[in-house]
Amino acid sequence: MNICVCVKQVPDSWAEKKLSASDSTLDRAAAERVINELDEYAIEEALRIVEAHGGEVTILSMGPAEATDSVRKAISMGANSGIHIVDDVLHGSDAVATSLVLAKALEGRNFDLIMFGCESTDARMSVVPAMVAARLNLPQMTFASKVEVNGTELRIHRATDYGYDEVVSALPAVVSVVEKINEPRYPSFKNIMAAKKAPLDTLSLSDIGVDAGAVGLATAWSQVASFADRPAKAAGTVVTDEGTGAAKIAEFLTTQKFA
Amino acid sequence: MTEVLVVVEHSNGDVKRVSLELLAMAAGIGTPSAVVAGPGASNALATLTAHGAETIYVCDDAAIANHVVVPMVDLLAQLVNDKSPSAVLIPSSIDGKEIAGRLAIAVNSGIITDAVAVSSDCTATQNVFGGATIVQAKVTHGTPIITVRPNSIAPNEAAGAGTRVDVSVAISEAARATTVTNRVSVEKSGRPDLSEASIVVSGGRGVGGEEGFANVIEPLADALGAAVGASRAATDAGWYPHQFQVGQTGKTVSPQLYVANGISGAIQHRAGMQTSKTVVVVNKDAEAPIFDLADFGVVGDLHAVLPELTKLLQSR
Ligand SMILES: Cc1cc2nc3c(=O)[nH]c(=O)nc-3n(C[C@H](O)[C@H](O)[C@H](O)COP(=O)(O)OP(=O)(O)OC[C@H]3O[C@@H](n4cnc5c(N)ncnc54)[C@H](O)[C@@H]3O)c2cc1C
Ligand SMILES: Nc1ncnc2c1ncn2[C@@H]1O[C@H](COP(=O)(O)O)[C@@H](O)[C@H]1O
Repeated sequence: MNICVCVKQVPDSWAEKKLSASDSTLDRAAAERVINELDEYAIEEALRIVEAHGGEVTILSMGPAEATDSVRKAISMGANSGIHIVDDVLHGSDAVATSLVLAKALEGRNFDLIMFGCESTDARMSVVPAMVAARLNLPQMTFASKVEVNGTELRIHRATDYGYDEVVSALPAVVSVVEKINEPRYPSFKNIMAAKKAPLDTLSLSDIGVDAGAVGLATAWSQVASFADRPAKAAGTVVTDEGTGAAKIAEFLTTQKFA
Repeated sequence: MTEVLVVVEHSNGDVKRVSLELLAMAAGIGTPSAVVAGPGASNALATLTAHGAETIYVCDDAAIANHVVVPMVDLLAQLVNDKSPSAVLIPSSIDGKEIAGRLAIAVNSGIITDAVAVSSDCTATQNVFGGATIVQAKVTHGTPIITVRPNSIAPNEAAGAGTRVDVSVAISEAARATTVTNRVSVEKSGRPDLSEASIVVSGGRGVGGEEGFANVIEPLADALGAAVGASRAATDAGWYPHQFQVGQTGKTVSPQLYVANGISGAIQHRAGMQTSKTVVVVNKDAEAPIFDLADFGVVGDLHAVLPELTKLLQSR
């Protein structure tokens, strides 16, 4: 079982905003870059599968030079090697271009499983895994809350609005995972040391045969025209319950015509 | 006016409200055409006609539901190529987003996800970073493929022509790569669907257990005719099923009213409810960040406040 896990480096915007919520100070310098947290669940699942069936785990990421840190960090969870696609023209690529780059980087490498998180915390599109499956013409086994490999057969539970679907396919396949699938491990000291020396291929677009004209901000097939901060919400009314809290909510709901 | 294709989500012809909202949105761009496929598709005709569909493309092939996403993509790609619509609007659900992604590749088009409004020239409005930033975006290549969040617009009550056009699609080899062998439903509660509900009553760690959901949260929800939601702390503890989790890795909801009880307001939770129109909070910690979002908040014990509130609402 050779598995590739696609990992995206994202700004740790969540932690930053959380700080501001608790003490009203915004630490602007703390725009730390981290592994998309959903991808850690994919790495964990890949490691569990090779622990049960043998094989190796490779980390693949497309992103700027500093994304190398995230690839090493991902490897330190217990993966074997990494591939980092970095090229100046990639800046601002949309999902269509990202899926093209990942698919081209994966082509011909004969992975049995290509794994993803089901969503990046910055783009939040949940489309890249399905797009890569389409481009590589592989079974799309996405939104998995459970993954079972049996010889050349793959079974998953696919999360749905009403519960889950049981889905079966052959290998190789593309899998994305939801966060309830497992609990990602912390890197061990041994693996952190090993990750420093693990093989890491840094490839440019021409190395993987992608035309520079197909990627990047200028050629993206969707463009942001403008953006603005959401107008701050007017401070609401907060009262302390002294036995009349329920009545006050009921009154509020009535004036707002909810009850 | 050119056609705008609207992907209909339904269960055996019972149309989800979001699809009706999309028909109303499509009417602001061009002529709304519904695309309805899978088991029971024909049962949806009357509802779609009543909500403004001019043309209804129907594919009654039950086999469509046996494979993940791809048959619907094949059907839509065929329609996009035949009809050159000015846009394709798709509900922002798990399937909807993946259909949109694959369709973009199939018809060489740009894609925008999670729009909350789409103007007549197909400029889409998105709330990003958990609702903190509002973006205007446009597809600049091919047919705009746009997924739209539930509760973004009210359905249109004016009837359309509802002309039925039967379409068929071959189940391709790519579609057969996956097979759905079983569908497992969490028990139906009889409450409104969480992602579409106009009122959501949510509980978090402060609810204290499964019984708290049954005895405190659900009765309040029922008194308001609301759906029940939960924080991840509550679903992870097994107090309420995962399907009801609200947040970054759960459902994104945008109801008229969101009542957050015993929820601290972690950024991952806020990401799923920040665009709710009105927010009511009950939490015993006055410092909880969720109060930042509150239109009306009570600092107090939910076990005291909520049963009392339920009683007051029931007595009206
Ligand atoms: C990758 C990832 C994804 C995540 N996705 C989600 C997600 O989709 N949705 C989500 O919700 N979270 C998500 N989280 C978790 C999130 O970070 C928080 O841990 C979680 O939201 C906390 O839930 P809570 O507010 O119920 O619990 P807590 O933070 O423990 O808050 C409980 C609150 O209840 C109050 N309380 C206690 N007792 C009472 C009482 N008797 N009466 C009134 N108030 C009381 C307390 O004052 C406190 O404010 C995610 C985390 C990660 C890392
Ligand atoms: N630049 C990237 N490099 C590697 N993997 C990516 C990249 N962008 C997205 N992915 C993968 O695709 C998943 C879904 O991303 P998205 O469609 O942006 O929500 C992520 O969880 C990652 O596994």
